[in-house]
Amino acid sequence: MQILIIAAIICLALSFFADRGKTIAGIKRGGVMLLRILPALLLVVFLVSIFIYLVPEKVITGYLGSNSGAMGIVAAALIGSVSLIPGFVAFPLAGILISKGVSYTVVAVFITSLMMVGTLTLPLEIKYFGRKAAIMRNVLSFFGAIIIGLLMGVFF
Amino acid sequence: MWKILDNFFLLLRETIFFLPLMFLLIGLFDVWVPREKIERHIGYGSGLAGMFWVILLAVAQPGPLYGAFPVAYILYTKGASVRNIFIYLGAFSCMAIPMYAFEIGFLGVKFWFLRLIFSLLVFVSIGFIMERFVGEDFRVREGR
Repeated sequence: MQILIIAAIICLALSFFADRGKTIAGIKRGGVMLLRILPALLLVVFLVSIFIYLVPEKVITGYLGSNSGAMGIVAAALIGSVSLIPGFVAFPLAGILISKGVSYTVVAVFITSLMMVGTLTLPLEIKYFGRKAAIMRNVLSFFGAIIIGLLMGVFF
Repeated sequence: MWKILDNFFLLLRETIFFLPLMFLLIGLFDVWVPREKIERHIGYGSGLAGMFWVILLAVAQPGPLYGAFPVAYILYTKGASVRNIFIYLGAFSCMAIPMYAFEIGFLGVKFWFLRLIFSLLVFVSIGFIMERFVGEDFRVREGR
């Protein structure tokens, strides 16, 4: 948190010093983007609140916690692969999962498969790259996500 | 039932303070590093330099993976190698700079740094594997 505040202050000061007009344009652009995602973000936070209410913490940590083992990792990879959640929503969600006791490995697998594997967009991808290359990229990315998660687990 | 609203405001309080700061950084980044600026420098070599510029082009703007497909097509028409096209897709999907603020804010510097390094290793490897196995008859179509 502090690091973000410090980074924001430093960047803002440097930018303002270098070019006042550009800085104001940047602030405006950021503000517009914020307003654009706000409804989606509020909706997700609301859905997560309901989810946490309906599903007790013990169940979440049981399936996805540090003792969930291979099951949790595979579940995270599968959920990540079939979801289309933008990063600005996925990271807050990941933070919430961590605070509920979900392991860093599982969160990393979920985030990475979410970003790299696109099951729903596969038909589109095939149109661009052909069947073989598109399927291969997704399969490799699926296992890549699991490898990344396992490596993360070594450090947390 | 009230517990849901309770949760909602608790989660919101944790999230809402980050957001203006993050979008301030994202907005400034967008103004200072427009994508066209990097595109001008792209040298489509197959060596390390080509890889470097492709990654730089990819990380400059955030977006869903399918947003990268049309750019991959353009890279292809300009003669980018199979390896670099898939490295571009990898970097675009998991290293977008404007997302760093989010990742650091919600998951911490350590998580961000490690995931970045490991992702880099993984998608560069995927680039090499793709080149090896789809190399010869690989074609990118316009997607229509």
